[in-house]
Amino acid sequence: MSENFIDIRNISRHFGTVKAVDDVSFSIKQGEFFSLLGPSGCGKTTLLRLLAGFESANQGEIFIDGVDVTTMPPNLRPTNMVFQNYAIFPHINVKKNIEFGMRKEKLSKQELENRVQEVLSLVKLEGYEERFSNQLSGGQRQRIALARALIKRPKVLLLDEPLGALDKKLRDEMQIELRNLQKAVGITFVFVTHDQSESISMSDRVAVMNEGQIQQISDPHDLYYNPQNIFVSDFIGTTNFLSSSTGSSNGENIMVKIDQIGEFSIKNKLNIPENDNETVVSIRPEAIVLSPSPIDKGDIVMEGTIENSSYYGELTSFYVRVQGAENPLIASSQRFDNNSFEGNKCYLSINFEDINLLKKE
Amino acid sequence: MINWWNSLYSRSDNAKAYVLLSPALILVILGMAVPLLAVFSVSFTTQASFEIDYTPTFDRYIEFMDTSSRTGNVLTTLLGRSISISFLVAFFTLITTYPVAYYVAFYVKKNKMLWLVLMTLPFWTSYLLRVFAWKLILGHKGVINASLMTVGFIDEPLGFLMYSQTAVVITLAHAWAAFALLPLYVSLEKIDYSLIEASHDLGCTKFETFWRVVWPLSLPGVIGAVLIIFIPTVGDYVTPALVGGTEGRMLSNMIQTYFGRANNFPLGAASAVIMLISVALVTIAVNVVTKRLTQRL
Repeated sequence: MSENFIDIRNISRHFGTVKAVDDVSFSIKQGEFFSLLGPSGCGKTTLLRLLAGFESANQGEIFIDGVDVTTMPPNLRPTNMVFQNYAIFPHINVKKNIEFGMRKEKLSKQELENRVQEVLSLVKLEGYEERFSNQLSGGQRQRIALARALIKRPKVLLLDEPLGALDKKLRDEMQIELRNLQKAVGITFVFVTHDQSESISMSDRVAVMNEGQIQQISDPHDLYYNPQNIFVSDFIGTTNFLSSSTGSSNGENIMVKIDQIGEFSIKNKLNIPENDNETVVSIRPEAIVLSPSPIDKGDIVMEGTIENSSYYGELTSFYVRVQGAENPLIASSQRFDNNSFEGNKCYLSINFEDINLLKKE
Repeated sequence: MINWWNSLYSRSDNAKAYVLLSPALILVILGMAVPLLAVFSVSFTTQASFEIDYTPTFDRYIEFMDTSSRTGNVLTTLLGRSISISFLVAFFTLITTYPVAYYVAFYVKKNKMLWLVLMTLPFWTSYLLRVFAWKLILGHKGVINASLMTVGFIDEPLGFLMYSQTAVVITLAHAWAAFALLPLYVSLEKIDYSLIEASHDLGCTKFETFWRVVWPLSLPGVIGAVLIIFIPTVGDYVTPALVGGTEGRMLSNMIQTYFGRANNFPLGAASAVIMLISVALVTIAVNVVTKRLTQRL
């Protein structure tokens, strides 16, 4: 397994004064399910199109499996793409759509037929050969688009928000199916999405992008629990930000004064300097334990009042105001409903390990 | 009376439709149905010196079809020529306007409307003036011949340029270019660009992508453009009369003569009916083929 299967070196793509992709460098491993995640306009699609060859780079190089493809046209690249709108050719049937890219391979009729059946069974659409695009549902079109790309046995499969147009139920199903498919074929997938939960649930690694630059590349777990900056922390899931300032450090730990809460010694994962007023701490809602009665567990225990709550079925979000705090804290819990808190009074506890110290931007 | 009408009008969608259509309907009946019916009836009569003999007969149609007689021979040849010239015109218009429509649809990013308007600008001048302009360009002492002779490429004017089928085809192809441009542009503009990208992505070169994706998807526009040019040019008589000479004469010129100097209304009417039917048949045939080719678009 090659570590630098796809090697992106100092790639930039500018549209006029807009820096869609701005001096980006990273590499993708062979056989990896890699996601590019970010808000719309962050450059993730441009980056994918640079990989496919639909955009040409203003500077930098792209290597795929050791070959410089920077100026190679899309028809010669070892990549295939699943388009956002699937781009199924409307004038030919499913079978001809799947065979579309196989003319150059010079296979015998029987071999070609075998390959078609192979990918059709892979996407579970056997028997759809004679259908046309307008006779397929969105999910089926997407599978055909996948089959059409997979039959080429590309080194890299590029997916441009392929689940965006599906309804939620189908999307959840396809997430699992895509993941299983990727494991089965072992092809490197580069997956573009703006849906953070999608990228977290499917990928081996995720690159979070904003304003043309990579904010962080890590596995989903790290992305959620160890965000490198405020943008990542904010974009992935929900979180509470509290202004803070640092005091003295003893190497691994640093003294942090969190507004309205107190001063504590917590782990300094990102090497934030001492005596810095421009810092924030991020605490995930599920890391805050709520209770109607006083708690004795936890590093920080506070008293608060519940101002509001939103019920989501599997969990409930509570907006809790700690006395003197500017904004309420969001705490999510699976068990409690509003009624268990008499007079809306509650107790919360937070562990030091769940507090992430970040630099203010 | 008024109550009765109000209740009918408010209840019946058909009544509303006929009221709204009535101005157009009256115009179509008076301006098209009545004259067509008159032509149709006259085609079954006989010209007897200055009078018309109204005994119904198929003789005029037989006269037209009878290729052994001089008249029949001339008329069928002219019908064939009208149709072939029209198809040639449609073909040349297509190969000259398709690249233009393609360019505007895929390469022009801003002000597409302005481009289209500018391209149709020459067609705002009178059709007749444009035909005369071509006379100045193609004529014996016209721009082309004069410049070629001055440079010394040729010693005498090129005869095939003027008063020939070539002249008719060139003039008509230019005259109808705008009508081909718009349907072609619309059908090309409709093509989702990601289909073209998908084709490149699947290994096709630009040329292969054109033949396998763009061309088949633009077929409705192509057929539309061909028909829009074919139908009116078959019956055109101004252009052949002005730039066609004897070689470029078409059936419509003959019909005009029958209704004019030759004073044979019945034969003229029969020729007109036959031309009408031929155009209808060709159009239906093209439509059937198109349906087959494009039913999935």
